[in-house]
Amino acid sequence: MSENNEVLDRVIIKFAGDSGDGMQLTGSEFTNTAALLGNDVSTFPDFPAEIRAPQGTVAGVSGFQLHFGSVNVYSAGDMCDTLVAMNAAALKVNLRNIKKGGLIIVNTEGFDPKNLRLAKIAEEDNPLTNGSLDNYQVIKIDVTKLTKAALEGSGLGVKEIDRSKNMFVLGYLYWMYNRSLDNTIKFLEEKFSKKKEILDANLKVLRAGYSYGDTTETSMRRYIVNPAPMPPGTYRNIMGNQAVAIGLIAAAEKSGLPLFYGSYPITPASDILHELSKHKNFGVRSFQAEDEIAAMASVVGASFGGHLATTASSGPGIALKTEAIGLGVMLELPMVIINVQRGGPSTGLPTKTEQADLLQALNGRNGEAPLPVLAACSPADAFDTTFEACRLALEFMTPVMMLSDGYIANGAEPWRFPSSDQLDVIKVNFQKEKNDGDKFLPYKRDERKSRPWAIPGTPYLEHRIGGIEKQHETGNISYDPENHEFMVHLRNDKIEGIADYIPEQKLDSGPEKGKLLVLGWGSTYGTIKTGCIRAREEGYEVAHAHLKYIKPFPRNLGELMYNYDQILIPEMNMGQLLMLIRAKYLIPAIGFNKIKGLPFGVNEIKNKIIELMK
Amino acid sequence: MSENLTVNTERPKMTSKDLVSDQEVRWCPGCGDYSILKQVQTVIPELGLNREDIVFISGIGCSSRFPYYMETYGMHSIHGRATAIASGLKAARPELSVWIITGDGDALAIGGNHFIHILRRNFNVTILLFNNQIYGLTKGQYSPTSEEGKITKSTPAGSIDHPFNPIALAMGAEGSFIARSMDRDPAHLKEMLRRANVHKGTSFLEIYQNCNIFNDGAFEIFTEKKTKKQETIFVENGKPLVFGANQEKGVKLDGFKPVIVDIVDSSNSVNDLWIHDEHDRVKAGILSRFFDNPALENHFPRPFGVFYTESRSCYEDELNKQIEYAVTKNGKGNLDKLLRGKQIWELA
Ligand code: SF4
Repeated sequence: MSENNEVLDRVIIKFAGDSGDGMQLTGSEFTNTAALLGNDVSTFPDFPAEIRAPQGTVAGVSGFQLHFGSVNVYSAGDMCDTLVAMNAAALKVNLRNIKKGGLIIVNTEGFDPKNLRLAKIAEEDNPLTNGSLDNYQVIKIDVTKLTKAALEGSGLGVKEIDRSKNMFVLGYLYWMYNRSLDNTIKFLEEKFSKKKEILDANLKVLRAGYSYGDTTETSMRRYIVNPAPMPPGTYRNIMGNQAVAIGLIAAAEKSGLPLFYGSYPITPASDILHELSKHKNFGVRSFQAEDEIAAMASVVGASFGGHLATTASSGPGIALKTEAIGLGVMLELPMVIINVQRGGPSTGLPTKTEQADLLQALNGRNGEAPLPVLAACSPADAFDTTFEACRLALEFMTPVMMLSDGYIANGAEPWRFPSSDQLDVIKVNFQKEKNDGDKFLPYKRDERKSRPWAIPGTPYLEHRIGGIEKQHETGNISYDPENHEFMVHLRNDKIEGIADYIPEQKLDSGPEKGKLLVLGWGSTYGTIKTGCIRAREEGYEVAHAHLKYIKPFPRNLGELMYNYDQILIPEMNMGQLLMLIRAKYLIPAIGFNKIKGLPFGVNEIKNKIIELMK
Repeated sequence: MSENLTVNTERPKMTSKDLVSDQEVRWCPGCGDYSILKQVQTVIPELGLNREDIVFISGIGCSSRFPYYMETYGMHSIHGRATAIASGLKAARPELSVWIITGDGDALAIGGNHFIHILRRNFNVTILLFNNQIYGLTKGQYSPTSEEGKITKSTPAGSIDHPFNPIALAMGAEGSFIARSMDRDPAHLKEMLRRANVHKGTSFLEIYQNCNIFNDGAFEIFTEKKTKKQETIFVENGKPLVFGANQEKGVKLDGFKPVIVDIVDSSNSVNDLWIHDEHDRVKAGILSRFFDNPALENHFPRPFGVFYTESRSCYEDELNKQIEYAVTKNGKGNLDKLLRGKQIWELA
C-alpha cells in the first residue's frame, strides 16, 4: 500500500449502468468482499420497472447502492461518495445523488454519440466535456476498449467480451479500496465451473482492472475502510424477502406444523414465493393460485386443516385478499399475511417503496375486524418479525398482518443469524377432546380469549364454522343483537389483550426524557437511527423509538411518549401512524412525510430534528 | 377418494342419522335442497369414509347453508370462494374427503375463476352445484344460468345475458368427471353421488334444483312424469342413446352431427344408435351441447348421467411427490443449514 492511502470510516458507492451491464452482480460481489473483511454493510438495488427497457436509455438504468464502513451503518445511505456510471443514461439518472466533490468513475465508451442520443443528451452537452462535472473528481476509463484488449485472442465473441466489462470495473474498485480479489475469484470459479473459457475471461478482466489501477495514474488516491465494531459471531448476508421466507420455515419447524404458502405473483413480494418453492424438502407446500383472492382463500382452507398457513402480497393484492382475511378474523383461525408495501394507490409504483398501507392493514376490512399488525424494520429484522407474527397467529388463533416494504424486501445487510435452538418453541395444542361435558364448543375461550383449534380428522369434534355472526362458545349462527355486540367486543379484546404477551416498547437510542422523541416504524429505521446519531453529534439530545407492534401498541407506549415535549413521526405516507398516535394518546405529535417512492435521507431526518430542537 | 383413508374401527359405524346436525333446516318448504340433503346423508354412510375425515365447504347462497346441516366438519365461507378454500385444504390435507357445495351464482358468477381452476388442477374433491337458475338468497335476480329473456327483479324487461352451459364449461375447463342429475330423481341422484365420490379427481355434479319460491318449475319439463321421458335422456356407459315415452327414439351420429331418429317404425334400429362412451372427449363435447331450449321444435332431449370421465393425476398427489422427491434429493430440511445459508463469515 502506498502513502496515498486515505482512511475513511464509511463509503457509499452506487454502481449504475444499463440493465445488461451486470451492475447488480458487481455490487453484490463488492458487498460480499466488504462483509468478509469485517465492514458493516447495507445495500439496496434499484431496478428499472420494465423488464426489457430499451438499452442505453434512462428507463433502462439499473443500479446497486452499497453503504459500507468501519462504523456501524444502518441503511444503504442517501448521497453517494462514489458513482460508477457505465453510460450517459446512468450518469444522468444518478448525478443528483452524488455528494459535491464526490468521485465519478465513467466508462467513456458509454458516452459516445449513440449513447448520448439514447440518453437524450445533445452532443454539445456531453457531461464529460462540457464542464458540468467540474465540482466532482472524474475518472474516465474506456472500459469497453480495455476489456477488449485484455481478451484479445481469447476466441470469445463480441457479446461475451462485452459482458465481462463489469469485472474490469470491479477489479479497479478493489484496487481503489484495497480489497483482495480472492472472494470474487472463488465466486467466479464456482459460477463458471463448467464454462472454462468464460471463467478465464472473467478472471483475466478482473485482474486487468486491478492492474490498471496499479499501473496508471488515473487516481491519485486509494482508500482504506477498516473493519467495523460488529458484535462477535457468525454472519451471513440476508435480503428482506429471503428473511421472510426463512422466518416462515423456521416458525413452521418450531411449531411442529407443516408450512402452507398460497400466493399470486406480485412485485415486490414474488421472491418470497420463489425462495419458499426452493425448500420443498422442509415439506413446504407452496401453491400459486389463480388470483390473489384464491391465494388468500387457500390459506383459510389450509389453516382449517391445521397448517401454518401464510401468504404474501403487495398493496393491490392485499386489497383483493381483504374479504378472505375478514373471514379469517371471523373464523378465528391462525394465518399470516405479509404485505411487502410499494407505492400506491392502485398499481402505483410497483418497484418503489412506500408505507401507505398501514391503515389498510389495520382497518381495510368490512365490519369491526381487528387483527395484530407488526412491522419489520430491516432485512434481518424481517426474520424476527415474521417469526413473531407466526407465534402470535398460532397462540392467539388469529390472522396477523406483517408489514415489510420494497426497501426491506430487496435490501440486504449482514445478519448474525441464530441457531435453531436459540429460537423459541411455538406451542400449538390441537384440541383432541370435547371441552364441555359431552359437547364440543369450538368458540370456548382460554385465559387469552383464544379458541380451540380442532382440525378435520379429529374424531368426535366435528363442527361447523362460518362467516355469519356466531353465538358465543357454540359457534352456531346467531342474529341476536346482544350477542353480536358481545362478540365484536370479545374479538377486539382478544387482539388488544395481546399487549400483555409482547415486550414493552424500548428506546432505540437517546435520553429517556427530553425535548424530542422520534417515533418510527418499518424501513425508516436505519435512516432515523443515523439521523438521530448525527443530530446528537451536533449537540441535539434527541431520542428514537421504533415500533414493531402497531396493533396492539406496546402497553407502555403512552408513558414512554409522555416523557418528551414533542414527538416527531417520520413516515413514507401522509401521516398514518401519526393519526393513530394522535387519536389514541391525544398528543399533538408532529408528522414528517415523504411520498416519493424513495426512502428518507439521513440529512432530511437530521435537519428536521434540528429544526424542531433549535 | 377413500383410498388414503384407513377406516376408524373404534367408532361405531356411521348411519344416515349420524349425519344430521342439531341445526334446524331453514330452507323454504318445498325447496329442492331438502331432497339433495337427504340423498347425500343416505349415500355417505355407504362410502366407507370416517365421519371425522369428511369436510363440507360452501360459499354463499341458499345451497351454501348445507354444511350447517351435516354432522361433519364444515365451513360456510364467503361468496364464490368455496372451491379456492377447498383447494387449500386439500393441498394441505390430501387424506380428507372434501365436498364443495355451491350454486349457479356462487360457482359460475362470483366464483367462476376458482371454479375453472379447480377443474384443471384436478384436486380430488367433489363439487355439487345446485343449479336453480336464479338467485334465491338475495330474493330473485337472474343468474348466469337463467335463460335469455328471463323476467326477474333485476331484469323487468327480460334478461339480455346469454346463459352458461355448466357442463360445456366444465368440459372446456378440463374437468375429469362431469355429470348431471336432478333433485326430483332420488335414485339417479344417489347413483351420481356415488360415482362422483368414487372418481379420483375433481368430480363435478350439476344438480337441477327447483327453487319453488323464485323460479318454480324451471326444470319441470325434465322432472315431471308427463314430459320427463320425452325431454330427457339418461345416458349410461356402453348403452345406446334412447329416449321417449316408450323408448321409441334414439340419437344417431351422422359424422359429428347428432340426429334424432325413430327406432320403431323407420329404417333405423337400436344398433345404429350412438353408444355412450364416458371416456370419449369428442362425443362428450357433442353431448354437452344438447342444451336446446325445450320450446324449440326438433330440440334434443337434455342428458343426465356421466358425460365424461378421465383418469388424470391429482394436484395434491403431484405436490406430495415433489416434496418427497425434494427430501430424497436434498435430505430432510435442516433448519440450521437454512439459517446459515451458503456463505458465512466470523467476526471476533
Ligand atoms: S329461495 Fe328458493 S332455493 Fe332458496 S331455500 Fe327458498 S326455495 Fe330453496
